[in-house]
Amino acid sequence: MASYIPYTGEERQAMLKAVGLDSIDQLYDVVPESVRVKDLDLPEGMSELEVGRVMADMAEKDKIFRSIFRGAGAYRHFIPAIVKTVTSKEEFLTAYTPYQAEISQGVLQSIFEYQTQMCELTGMDVSNASVYDGASAAAEAVFMCQERKKSAVVFSGAVNPQVLRVVKTYCESRQVPVTVIPPKGTATDLEALKAAIADDTAAVYVQSPNYYGVIEDMDAVVEAAHAKKAKVIMGCNPIALGLLKTPGEYGADIAVGEGQPLGMPLAFGGPYLGFMTCKQAMMRKLPGRIVGETADHDGNRAYVLTLQAREQHIRREKASSNICSNQALCAMTASVYLAAMGPKGLRQAAESSAAHAHYLADQIAPLGFGRKDPDQPFFHEFLTECPMDPDELCKKLEPYGILGGLPVDGGILWCCTECNDKADIDRLVAALKEVCGK
Amino acid sequence: MKLLFERSRPGRGMDLLPPCDVPAVSFDAALLRDSAPRLPEIAEVDLGRHYTELAKQTHGVNDGFYPLGSCTMKYNPRVDEETASLPGFTQIHPLQPLDTVQGCLEVLWKSEQLLTEITGMDAVTYQPAAGAHGEYTGLLLIRCYHQSRGDTARTKIIVPDSAHGTNPASATMAGFKVVSVPSNEMGGVDLDALRAAVGPDTAGLMLTNPNTVGLFDPNILEITQIIHDAGGLCYYDGANLNAIMGHVRPGDMGFDCVHVNLHKTFATPHGGGGPGSGPVGCKDFLAPFLPSPRVKKAGDSYEFFDPEQSMGKVRSFYGNFLVVVKALTYILSLGKEGIPAASAGAVLNANYLMKKLAGHYDMSFNTLCMHEFVMTLEKLAHDTGVTAMDVAKRLLDFGMHPPTMYFPLIVHEALMVEPTETESPETLDEAAEVFLKILEEAKSDPESLHHAPHDCAIGRPDEVTAARNPILRYDFGA
Repeated sequence: MASYIPYTGEERQAMLKAVGLDSIDQLYDVVPESVRVKDLDLPEGMSELEVGRVMADMAEKDKIFRSIFRGAGAYRHFIPAIVKTVTSKEEFLTAYTPYQAEISQGVLQSIFEYQTQMCELTGMDVSNASVYDGASAAAEAVFMCQERKKSAVVFSGAVNPQVLRVVKTYCESRQVPVTVIPPKGTATDLEALKAAIADDTAAVYVQSPNYYGVIEDMDAVVEAAHAKKAKVIMGCNPIALGLLKTPGEYGADIAVGEGQPLGMPLAFGGPYLGFMTCKQAMMRKLPGRIVGETADHDGNRAYVLTLQAREQHIRREKASSNICSNQALCAMTASVYLAAMGPKGLRQAAESSAAHAHYLADQIAPLGFGRKDPDQPFFHEFLTECPMDPDELCKKLEPYGILGGLPVDGGILWCCTECNDKADIDRLVAALKEVCGK
Repeated sequence: MKLLFERSRPGRGMDLLPPCDVPAVSFDAALLRDSAPRLPEIAEVDLGRHYTELAKQTHGVNDGFYPLGSCTMKYNPRVDEETASLPGFTQIHPLQPLDTVQGCLEVLWKSEQLLTEITGMDAVTYQPAAGAHGEYTGLLLIRCYHQSRGDTARTKIIVPDSAHGTNPASATMAGFKVVSVPSNEMGGVDLDALRAAVGPDTAGLMLTNPNTVGLFDPNILEITQIIHDAGGLCYYDGANLNAIMGHVRPGDMGFDCVHVNLHKTFATPHGGGGPGSGPVGCKDFLAPFLPSPRVKKAGDSYEFFDPEQSMGKVRSFYGNFLVVVKALTYILSLGKEGIPAASAGAVLNANYLMKKLAGHYDMSFNTLCMHEFVMTLEKLAHDTGVTAMDVAKRLLDFGMHPPTMYFPLIVHEALMVEPTETESPETLDEAAEVFLKILEEAKSDPESLHHAPHDCAIGRPDEVTAARNPILRYDFGA
């Protein structure tokens, strides 16, 4: 039986005696007899060898695809070896939130570095230390924009549906009205969006590249929202920001996104990373931990958790958010990833992802997988027609070790990253020809 | 210590990606960013050393005793890290066809079965990513339940004044008003105050038991009955579950839903502030409102399904999945005997250390404690000027992480000590000696303690300036 208790039964008796007790049961005398557990229905404990085997057997039941052409919110990018080396260090792995700055300078400095990198990436002024994921980041951003007479939020229907579902859940309980503008083809319906922005609109949320991979006309979105004094929340893909125009350059007020592409494995959906950055004016509305620079009494540079007057442990029911634990180690993962890639490497990943996606689009168009809305600019995802049932198609690709694009709206949402090189794509194209009988 | 950006030299970097083997895309210039992000340009060796240096200035569980009250900083078993690194878990896309993710679904399903047994609940969701996220999800369950019955007048959540700050903050996020009830002289819920607080507007109660002073509330069955009689539901904050696993279950105490912190009770590492995992358990009557999707077993295989009246989603996909893998490994390792033994060990260790300190330091309550105890340094501060903060900071010089300071709010000059079960009596003996030595120092040289720590990387940082003139990112200059 493992319990990771370091001492023996005899030692335990000695400790009990020191406390003035005879048996462990006496520790629980205060618990009403009627509700004490008589028989806990759990399996017998296991040795390390056994539990390792049991878990490995479970992992074996999952299929690892050699080629993945599916994104839709979770992306397989290359992860530099140093990322895992750093984030596996036990000091970082096993520390709690850095409440005691004097013995936490390492983790605090790394968060400060992360905040700087996310500001650089998004072109914004301030970053927090992370939230749970891209979807909860979007929801928290909506709450940041709430004002006394401006509460409603307008969403483009071309955003990731998972994000939309989470935001709706969050907004329902706070009675924040959410209007979703159905997309026009694969892009935001700008006219309808503009028409929906009213005097009580607190924020407009648009994702670019959007769910279908299309690079949106953010200039038009920002102009329409700001004309009604509504804030703009832009959902972004952090890899794309190595290349594409930033939320800061567009004039957005808040940038949020899913940080998973920055060095985190697919991992069946988590742990991932929600990033949030904003303009200076909204700094004190940001939720969650924020690290700031200061000095100790000798003038040494030092880092601390700061602006805590926003937070739950100080403000309780008046806090800007309830968040306590965030995704610190994932933020560090992103930071190490960005440092390893550097500005050139990140741009290369972005360019390579886009180039391979465009190459794939060209290759499969003649096979009956024509792009819907072929005139819209796209980054590394695109929606196509499908000459057969999309689920059936993907099923038939499985024996080739290929995870095809995601079946969406009767078509297929394809994705490429730098991991899908030309040979990989050519294998897919050959397989599609066989599967479709061409 | 230099920042990443101060180590950067133009043109340096790593050789990570091959040249692109397909034609480049020429995007319209209006779609491109004007200038590259100022990310560091660093060689691998320097990047590696940078983080090794940062690691040396970070105190983890393996660096020494970490009795941070309410945080359950127990040892994080290595095998849990290994199982969570299996490619069959890490390389799986969350939107793969269900027949290709049967192992992942089995992890979620098995974990649900085990956690329902430990908490006395009927169903569990693993979607919440942290404890506060779990609280929020649990409160939405309560909200959905009342709304489904057309009982819209229930707008208030009762929270004891000893509660964690996340409780009232979560209640606000979930759209409730917070009613604070005072504690009794034993730190428990004041029954008369509770009876006076409930009514037709009561949606529910949030409670942790043992409470934040480390005591099990013996009136627990009466407390949950008062809430139920008033038509409210009872929410169990699992922050202190490590005291009672396998001995008494929230479900049997009258709670209707519960969140558990896998990163506390179930030994998954906290990562310097996350990722955690805050699964929520509930009784059958609340299960239809759980977040979507849930996992069910159909014959020999596993499937997702949407609960019929689901609240929606609180996070994309299925939660912090790899954290669940670690917790499952832990629970399977401990099993039927190990789970209650771990809690009993945590309670024994707390009482052992408390006994060593009692008579020297004032305890907020002089009775057997559960998994943690709270000292009050009010008298010490009055007599010597040495505060809980001073003692905590001096502990740093001895390689020990301090207890939680100034919490719960109902105890003055509080230090909340939670040793956990994974510490040996030698560690506890040594910690007690350090505490007693500091007490001597407080009497002989209080001035020195105001300036502690003396041997850390930095002295006490100026937090006031940090908040008044926030510097939240590196300044690259012109």
